Amino acid sequence: MTSLPSLPTPKKLGLVIDLDTCVGCHACVVNCKEWNTGGYGAALSDQDPYGADVSGAWLNRVHSFEVVPQGGEIVGEAGEARIVHFPKSCLHCEKAPCVTVCPTGASYKRADDGIVLVDEDMCIGCGLCAWACPYGAREMDLAAGVMKKCTLCIDRIYNETLDEADRQPACVRTCPANARHFGDLGDPASAVSKLVAERGGIDLMPEQGTRPVNKYLPPRARKPLAASAGLLAEDTSGATGLFAWLDRMLDRI
Amino acid sequence: MHPAPSIIAFTTLSGLGYGLAAMLGLGLLDPAAAATKIAHVSALALILAGLLSSTAHLGNPQRAWRALSQWRSSWLSREGVMAIATFVPLVASAWLSVFEGRYLALPGLLGAVLCLGTVYCTSMIYASLKSVDAWHTPLTSLCYLLFSLAGGLLAAGFFALCAGAAARGLLFAALVALAAAWAVKNAWRQRMSALVPLSSPESATGLGPVGSVRLFERPHMTENYLTREMGFRVGRKHAAKLWKIALVAGGILPGLILLVLLVAGQGGALAGLAAFVALACHVAGVLAERWLFFAEARHAVMNYYGG
Repeated sequence: MTSLPSLPTPKKLGLVIDLDTCVGCHACVVNCKEWNTGGYGAALSDQDPYGADVSGAWLNRVHSFEVVPQGGEIVGEAGEARIVHFPKSCLHCEKAPCVTVCPTGASYKRADDGIVLVDEDMCIGCGLCAWACPYGAREMDLAAGVMKKCTLCIDRIYNETLDEADRQPACVRTCPANARHFGDLGDPASAVSKLVAERGGIDLMPEQGTRPVNKYLPPRARKPLAASAGLLAEDTSGATGLFAWLDRMLDRI
Repeated sequence: MHPAPSIIAFTTLSGLGYGLAAMLGLGLLDPAAAATKIAHVSALALILAGLLSSTAHLGNPQRAWRALSQWRSSWLSREGVMAIATFVPLVASAWLSVFEGRYLALPGLLGAVLCLGTVYCTSMIYASLKSVDAWHTPLTSLCYLLFSLAGGLLAAGFFALCAGAAARGLLFAALVALAAAWAVKNAWRQRMSALVPLSSPESATGLGPVGSVRLFERPHMTENYLTREMGFRVGRKHAAKLWKIALVAGGILPGLILLVLLVAGQGGALAGLAAFVALACHVAGVLAERWLFFAEARHAVMNYYGG
């Protein structure tokens, strides 16, 4: 049934991604592919995997953006310009446009925890859900002809045969920088909700009206490059101790 | 957006077929004439060819029947249901004309309404997508309906001339519909070139408060499903040229031929041939217009891919 469940769902399971700490290592991307190619549904196929034009279905990808403040131009030249690594996967939207456009009922949002899934046995591979998603969260598996998307590792998070510590999405479990967090964003007392409140977590493209569950923590303010350039400066008036003595001696030569 | 040939062929052919079937449903042509019988069969063939072509882009076409189930929420499903429902009165009307040389108002008018309803559902598949700014307007539906009507009137005029009927009314209506279709399409295109995108790289990443955002590196070096499907880009100069070709072939040439036919009055085989040329030009123009409809539309996901 591709009508959305009545809002809000009792639980809103999702991810919180910290753009301040993500180092862009792509470990989450690789572990996501690794887990999901052998887990829920069809394997995540690659086309021409050892050729020049390799491509394949991935459920999580890391983009890198250059953010240039007013007046800045190129990274390194403008004081505050910076690179932000940006992991992106399904946001499990409350008003998921990918679900309502599905003609077959293959796409659905779970009423109990809000996870958006595809029943691959019903999917005809028309691709309309990928068109409807403004975030690019869905990718067609060209070998199986069905739509693939992040399942929030539904086969891990409820899997009681795994150790407690492993019952979280593969991307979260593997992140070496602890930039990814998993939890119930519908519960204001949960760790992820507190994190979002504390760090001012944001929605991506709120203007699209999708009400994403996943939240992003904006990068913290950074001191300008010029503020770190003390030792390189021409001015030695602030020098003390040995350096002050050396400075005075060298001046006399 | 990627201009998939199967989808372009589908919307063009089925649009023309539904337009022609709607005109036949109004009972404007002599049901006993051989040309009208051929017209009925042609309309059904065009619709069927279009629908079959649309299944060509599916990953699992053998499950296509499942697409009839979600009519409560999905325009694609509604289109499928409407297309099948429309076949019932259309086949009935065709049967009556082909085998009995009769016209009945009930299946005729019902068929005409359902034809336009199906075209509307097709247009809403695109118009309902908020992620594609250019499509997300009621003008999209108006364009699809008017092009279907113009094509249908033109085809009906051709078949009427073949039957040796005085088709002045049909030809005049075709001229008006043609002008209206291209006027609305022009407004649609002007809206597209003037619009400020709903989303930007700043809103897509949420990094707007930090500064202006531009892509530094894509996730992978090679293309992926998203960039192939949603990242299609057409050169501005080629788009401008194609738009002119579409307008001349799809609107101006058939319009001029219709004018000549209206002024010069009737003329047997030559008039029929002229109407056929007008129809062929129109179809070629609409194919170009549909190609641009996809190729020029920008998807919000390209905010993440520097496009």
